[in-house]
Amino acid sequence: METPLTAKIRPDGEMIDLAAYERAGGYQAARKAMRMAPAEITELVKKSTLRGRGGAGFPTGQKWSFVPLGPAAPRPKYLIANADEMEPGTFKDRVLLEGDPHELIEGMIVAARAIEAERGYIFLRGEYTDAAARLSRALAEASAKGYLGRNVFGSGADFDLRLHLSGGRYMCGEETGLLNALEGKRANPRAKPPFPQVSGLFGKPSIVQNVETLCNLPHILDKGADWFVKLGLTGDGGTKLYGASGKVKKPGCWELPMGTPLRELLERYAGGMRDGVRFRGVLPGGASTDFLTADHLDVPMDFTAVAKAGSRLGTGTMIVLDDKTCPVGMVHNLEHFFAQESCGWCTPCWSGLHWAEEILWAIESGRGTPADFDRLDHVTKMCGPGNTFCALAPGAVEPLQSALKYFREDFERHIREKRCPWRNGQ
Amino acid sequence: MKIVVDKKEYEVDPRENLLEACLGRGLDLPYFCWHPAMGSVGACRQCAVKVYRDENDARGRIVMACMTPITPNLLASIDDAEAREFRAGIVEGLMESHPHDCPVCDEGGECHLQDMTVMTGHNYRRFEFPKRTFHNQYLGPLLNHEMNRCIQCYRCTRFYTEYAGGKDFAVLKLRHLVYFGRAEAGVLENEFSGNLVEVCPTGVFTDKTLKRHYTRKWDLQMAPTVCAHCALGCNVTAGERYGTLRRIVNRYNGQINGYFLCDRGRFGYEHVNSPKRIRSARARRDAGAAEIPKAEALDRFSSLAAGGKTLGIGSPRASLESNFALRALVGPENFYAGVSDASYDLLAAMLQVLRQGPAPASLRQIEHGDAALVLGEDVTNSAPRLALTLRQTIRQAGLEQAEKMRVPRWQDHAVRELAQKDHGPLFIATPYPTRLDDVATETYRAAPDDIARLGFAVAHLLDPASPAVPDLAEPLRALAGRIADTLQAAARPVVVSGTGAGSAAVLRAAADVARALAKAGKPVAFSLQAEERNSLGFAMMEPKPLGRAVDAARAGEVQTVIVLENDLYRRAPAAAIDALLAAPHVVALDALETRTTAKAELVIPAAPFAEADGTVVSSEGRAQRFFRVYPPAGGVQDSWRWLADVLGLLARPEGLAWKDLDDVVEAVARAFPSLARIRDAAPGAGFRIAGAKIPREPHRYSGRTSMLANIQVSEPKPPEDPDSALSYTMEGAPVEPPAALLPFFWTGGWNSIQAVNKFQEEIAGPLRGGDAGVRLLDQAAGGAGTLARAPDGSASVPVAGYLDSVPAPFAPRRGEWLIVPRHHIFGSEELSAEAPAIAELSPQPYVALGPSDAAALGAAPGAVVNVKSEAGSASLPLRVEPGLPAGLAALPAGLGPLAGIPLPVWGRIELGR
Repeated sequence: METPLTAKIRPDGEMIDLAAYERAGGYQAARKAMRMAPAEITELVKKSTLRGRGGAGFPTGQKWSFVPLGPAAPRPKYLIANADEMEPGTFKDRVLLEGDPHELIEGMIVAARAIEAERGYIFLRGEYTDAAARLSRALAEASAKGYLGRNVFGSGADFDLRLHLSGGRYMCGEETGLLNALEGKRANPRAKPPFPQVSGLFGKPSIVQNVETLCNLPHILDKGADWFVKLGLTGDGGTKLYGASGKVKKPGCWELPMGTPLRELLERYAGGMRDGVRFRGVLPGGASTDFLTADHLDVPMDFTAVAKAGSRLGTGTMIVLDDKTCPVGMVHNLEHFFAQESCGWCTPCWSGLHWAEEILWAIESGRGTPADFDRLDHVTKMCGPGNTFCALAPGAVEPLQSALKYFREDFERHIREKRCPWRNGQ
Repeated sequence: MKIVVDKKEYEVDPRENLLEACLGRGLDLPYFCWHPAMGSVGACRQCAVKVYRDENDARGRIVMACMTPITPNLLASIDDAEAREFRAGIVEGLMESHPHDCPVCDEGGECHLQDMTVMTGHNYRRFEFPKRTFHNQYLGPLLNHEMNRCIQCYRCTRFYTEYAGGKDFAVLKLRHLVYFGRAEAGVLENEFSGNLVEVCPTGVFTDKTLKRHYTRKWDLQMAPTVCAHCALGCNVTAGERYGTLRRIVNRYNGQINGYFLCDRGRFGYEHVNSPKRIRSARARRDAGAAEIPKAEALDRFSSLAAGGKTLGIGSPRASLESNFALRALVGPENFYAGVSDASYDLLAAMLQVLRQGPAPASLRQIEHGDAALVLGEDVTNSAPRLALTLRQTIRQAGLEQAEKMRVPRWQDHAVRELAQKDHGPLFIATPYPTRLDDVATETYRAAPDDIARLGFAVAHLLDPASPAVPDLAEPLRALAGRIADTLQAAARPVVVSGTGAGSAAVLRAAADVARALAKAGKPVAFSLQAEERNSLGFAMMEPKPLGRAVDAARAGEVQTVIVLENDLYRRAPAAAIDALLAAPHVVALDALETRTTAKAELVIPAAPFAEADGTVVSSEGRAQRFFRVYPPAGGVQDSWRWLADVLGLLARPEGLAWKDLDDVVEAVARAFPSLARIRDAAPGAGFRIAGAKIPREPHRYSGRTSMLANIQVSEPKPPEDPDSALSYTMEGAPVEPPAALLPFFWTGGWNSIQAVNKFQEEIAGPLRGGDAGVRLLDQAAGGAGTLARAPDGSASVPVAGYLDSVPAPFAPRRGEWLIVPRHHIFGSEELSAEAPAIAELSPQPYVALGPSDAAALGAAPGAVVNVKSEAGSASLPLRVEPGLPAGLAALPAGLGPLAGIPLPVWGRIELGR
């Protein structure tokens, strides 16, 4: 089984430095990219079927194709790595950032070539201090070698790449919120259209791309689109960094073929449930995805199949709910997070998530009423896709709406008994 | 373009969004964050509608109308049940923490949030948790802050920071706890902060001056009037109850103020309620002044007016009618300008320039310009609303860029994100730094003569036929080159100047630039700012210069001086005015006590703007009628009526002929062909709708039968208004009057000022039937500005070329400074300075020097220095003004002991002891 993304990562937890990275074949893809025409790279990436690993799963090559190219295009153009990994339960990009920062830098050189970007930023979650130190070192190494800055690899093209540490909001992970934050503004989302490809950072054409997505690029250039497609078990190409947290025996993060079934992840890689607890459900792709239950364990973890099962692949890092954990409490915790992270821009989000949090806490602390179901349904409906300004609220209500569906009896019991059965002993 | 809304076809403008299209066609669709002047941002989600792919699409999808562009055959539904439910849900969300304090909220009864809540049908509270609460801030004397009412629509910050360029206000915090305010409590710095009262859809920002004498909108008697505090002619609605003026709100005029006013215009009204008001006639007796009855006042007035050589001193703040009545009483040969001779020359020059063309531009034209040159004028302080307009002018480049990238103009944040800080060109040349400098492409700080030289140099580069500027220093030549190139490249250049710098050369230079651009075929927006409400109209009545009146008085040729609505001590040095008012008899007509009325043996109580009718001419050459808000109490009446009464007592034909305002208007129009069109400024007193006058009181006016019951139990007959088509009642036909007679914006379900949508031909377009006012100087500018009508109005003749002489470069003098006027939005204008809230914001008198000159003088900021000039002397604290060039000093215009000296003037400044 091939693990191109993580193959170079050292087992001792130290980062792989430039010399070792190059010895292992690093920066050959970047060199190759510099000899290719931008459109040629985009075509290759389109053919590879690479889809964004940040959660939305948008085809990467297609995303790039909206960037204006050539001498008439507005300048400068920007490439931004979204390394603001803020999704609860998600820690996959961190593995790459800390273990193999050169892979990200090389991926960015490739992407920058494809869209003719001369400036780049790595927008890093502020709490990732180890990653920040390693990226700084890697950037210095690459710059010293002339792989970044002016005349990259003697190609004549410039690529000035800088690290930016986020002040820290969930909204900074939303690509347009990120752009505003990078401009020094509130991390509020922007209206689309216009899309960042046309009017992004500082009003210039920009691509914002997840770390894992960018890290795939050197390998696609090295080994080709067909190889990449074949890495996946189902239609979606490549490998995927999957993760698991919750009361499983071996929480962790693994690079596996795209489309690895949920059951295999849970039982083989996460080692199954801890002794004494039983599986009740799972948020398959991070906190902002719908619950799946035991009925869904055979779902292949790719974009299409998870969507068909009623959830989203998201970041591919699951949070497992067990029978000794109160689902109402869990959902309250999540909604507390999302309500807190609402930027306060659009009404359904700031008012709805606040309301949901209040109701859930009321239910959890024994003050719920049967009318709360209607109200929670109402909030999830108000926060549905298209009703809000960005994707935060629709994602935020996904665990809530699915919990209401799959764990309704737990909510009812809270209301009936006027207490949390888990909190006060069963 | 054709669209279908709820199965009905509408023809709409494809440049609109769906919300604008719906509102513009008279449909009701609730909204909060969208603003007609500020566009869409999609925050509140209140204007949700359903759109359908085609006729076969039964489900449709919810979209925000404000963010939806018009596409051919767009199918939409406002009435769809799901959309309605969603909109009610949004209001429910907004109401989570909104206090139920409508009965004690100043916004109650004219609250957009109330209106929209009723419109959506949301009634019963389901949110049962504690409401979030905030600490409010002290924001200065103009605005109240009650953040608990906030619904997070972001309009305030969008207006204050993005539209008006304010820097001391921001969005703070997150989620349902977003806070709109300052980093810490304190006076709001922006000159347009008062618009938050109307921009805020609910009661977060309310009018603090109104709160002191609070009255609900429905209890206000209201009338359309024209702002009294500068020459722009912004349209305002004034409201009264129990004989006091309660507040000013914006009265939309698509050509002038649009949706916004400046703070001087909104809060300066309280001079009308001042304790200095003259409410009855007074005659000076041995021991002082005593009130006299109206009949006695008229007797005395008429016998003084008939008793020998009588001079009339008119006023740029009085109406055309009042000035004309004075002129009629004393005769044209004895009618003098109540302004300094320097101002007189400036006004004459301005009028001449405007008559030669290009014709003066409206604020709307200026807003749509794409490159601007401001020559000599500190517009933020002299014509404040124009500064707000210029902040939009520089956005045109970004808006056009956005359109090219198919981002619609109304998509406000997308346009701003695209444009970032790349705004269109704005060049500002003024003697001292101005509040617009933050968005200027380049600024130039110099003495008025050098500013004029820059202007002439630009004109010469644009058209070599205009006079060349000799001895132009290289940096100035280069700057002139950049300005000329920019204006040349612009599609719609803007040239702004005015009388503010006190230099005729400056405004002639501006005119040459405008003329050169017009000659090149550019649709130049040319604007000269005069100082006062009716400066231009007054100048059109051809008064004689004040200096000659002073000379005549000094020569003992004068028996009586009649001063109309004017404190002459603000106009000229005290010695000259003392000499003039030393005439045997002085009659003063005014609304407030001044140093001039103190000198008069007979003081006549004139009606201030809110109690008077008349016509004024703005800097745009737009004649506009203003109307009494309420009948003045006691002996107060319009100056023109006092004068007409005197003419009547003297059995003069005018006095016998003039029965009402329309008669005086007619007389003015006949006497001055250039003012003939003022007849059309508004419908006359005979205008009726369905046989009825237009009520000044809204349909919900309360207490009518009881408000005077403590005096008399039976309801008195409403006062008559012989002078206008407005009545002092609440009875009238429920039909929309013409714009000039609109007493308030109010329509079914739309109780707040947002109701203006319902009175426009299209959103942000003209009011139905056309915006108020008539332009008087249009015919002067035939063709592309190269032809002008002769001064007598007889025939078209070519513009008289460029005859101006270019001044020599400014030469600083040793031990002397050229003292220039520095204008202050709060304090420089006479009437508003009497309003307590404005007075609180006014600076103390001072003299300003640049840092190097102050250092050379050895004076620290605040040190008392002696300012000495031929025209007057005073000891004043020193203000150090960075940016003021060496050799220049500045005195606050209209403020302090030297308010009367005409500036600029050379003077000495010495360290005080």
